[in-house]
Amino acid sequence: MTKFLAQNRHTVQRLGFIAITLMALLTVLPIIGTIIFIIVKGGSAISVEFLTGFPHDGMRAGGILPAIIGTLYLTLGTAFFSVPLGIAAAIYLAEYAKDNRWTRLIRLAIINLAGIPSVVYGLFGLGLFVLFLKFGTSILAASLTLSIMTLPVIISTSEEALRAVPQAFRTVSISLGATRWQTISRIILKEALPGILTGVILGLERAAGETAPILFTGAAFFLPRLPQSPFDATMALPYHLFVISTQVPEMPIQIQYGTALVLLVFVLTMNIIATVIRSRARAKRQW
Amino acid sequence: MEKSLSWREFIITRLIQTSGYSAILFVALIFFFLLREGLPTLSEVDAASLFNIRWYPIEDYFGILPLITGSLIVTLGAALIAVPFGIGTAVYISEIAPRWMREILKPLVELLGGLPSVVLGFLGILVLAPFLRVFLNLPTGLTALTGSLLLGGIAVPTVVSVAEDALDSVPRAYREGAWALGATKWQTIWRVTLPAARSGVLTAVMLGVGRAIGETMTVMMVTGNAPVLATKLGSLFSPVRTMTATIAAEMGEVANGSTHYHVLFFIGMVLFIISLIVNIIASSVVFRSKKRAERILS
Repeated sequence: MTKFLAQNRHTVQRLGFIAITLMALLTVLPIIGTIIFIIVKGGSAISVEFLTGFPHDGMRAGGILPAIIGTLYLTLGTAFFSVPLGIAAAIYLAEYAKDNRWTRLIRLAIINLAGIPSVVYGLFGLGLFVLFLKFGTSILAASLTLSIMTLPVIISTSEEALRAVPQAFRTVSISLGATRWQTISRIILKEALPGILTGVILGLERAAGETAPILFTGAAFFLPRLPQSPFDATMALPYHLFVISTQVPEMPIQIQYGTALVLLVFVLTMNIIATVIRSRARAKRQW
Repeated sequence: MEKSLSWREFIITRLIQTSGYSAILFVALIFFFLLREGLPTLSEVDAASLFNIRWYPIEDYFGILPLITGSLIVTLGAALIAVPFGIGTAVYISEIAPRWMREILKPLVELLGGLPSVVLGFLGILVLAPFLRVFLNLPTGLTALTGSLLLGGIAVPTVVSVAEDALDSVPRAYREGAWALGATKWQTIWRVTLPAARSGVLTAVMLGVGRAIGETMTVMMVTGNAPVLATKLGSLFSPVRTMTATIAAEMGEVANGSTHYHVLFFIGMVLFIISLIVNIIASSVVFRSKKRAERILS
């Protein structure tokens, strides 16, 4: 057998390559298929009324405006907390931290944050923000929960971007008399900005599509009006899709596909923006 | 001027340092709140009935065994899909694909990682479940298998990106050495590159499994939510209910502070500890391999 394989190793290689290529295609084609399928099925549901109207008749007719606005609020709320904190933490790890026990503990904590199941974040948000701090089921509680979940993505991608800036930039800036913070804020951050932005958008993309963490911290089944303050609960696209595809009997299929499409467009747009920023920065980079 | 500058510098440095340490604080806070709300379970439900096979909270049956086996069987199925396809795709991207193909595949796999799980669950209900019901002639399409297939897809991007990193970090000289000895590319991949990257590939598998066991919305939507003890492989073709889905489905309806509420937090605590163990082992593998690589290079 071994001898046979050795003698026909070029045939084996050809067959092996074909098999692996097929596997890769089998992995990727369903992704493209899924996206095209939802665009085709959901496209006919999209109309001005669908995007700007309120749901009525037990959500079986009308639009999904409150869910769109809600997801927008939650994404912005998440950004408000997680972006400054995440970038600051990344600056600490890339520019200040020494390689010691504490730093390793921070890294371990970040890896663990990234691995915690999303529904456990939901439990934590319920325990801390909704009940203990008495924020109630609200945009505020949901945004805070989502921002802790997003933090590891933002920290690790931003740290990578900061580390990619060549050491010479720091040396020159410091030797010209700038302080450490001046160097970071005026030179390093500027150079690392595209990389940081990519990470931030990818993190927020995940937050925008999540359902489990907002289930008991801020999501509302149905609201007749838009939320008025951060202490109001809100409808959200992913939760709305979950509700209308599992909880509401005799839901028109059209509205379900339409909602899925809007959510997909929301998330895909963020993804594409991130990809474009990254590849542009790579092409433009001079160091 | 001098003085105010150094003051600002001092405050900013402290702020940045605090932010750096916040990750530790958050992990501790999460653990604390899970313990605080979950531990009362142990005084309210005795261990024998907690590790029983009956989950029926309305009548105070809190046996979490069916939920654990449900999670296990769905995750096992997902791993059987995600591991070969994830590693295969990683090998293809890193070793075989031409450059232009790589540039297309990598963002696409990343895109899969960004697809909201609720969208996959939605398609699972409308497309995959009916298909499997007819194709396999089952009474219902909402089974553990349906969950496994979709979860496999969700875990694939994690496996691909970590495994590809691992393959990428194998020094080029290893491959060139093998080629120079007359090995084909294919032989090199299996006997040199993959073995050299094995700790990273192992990490990829672990993180993928961790991702699958923690996934909530998709499994809640497509596995049928029946808390039945899964004892054999045939359970793949019947409805099950996972730990994550139980929390998500029932937390909204329980009274705060009730036994049921505490048990749900207890399940969350178990999930947290599982993910903690998976991630600590995975990261220690990474650290060790890094040290070995440094030793070799020095």
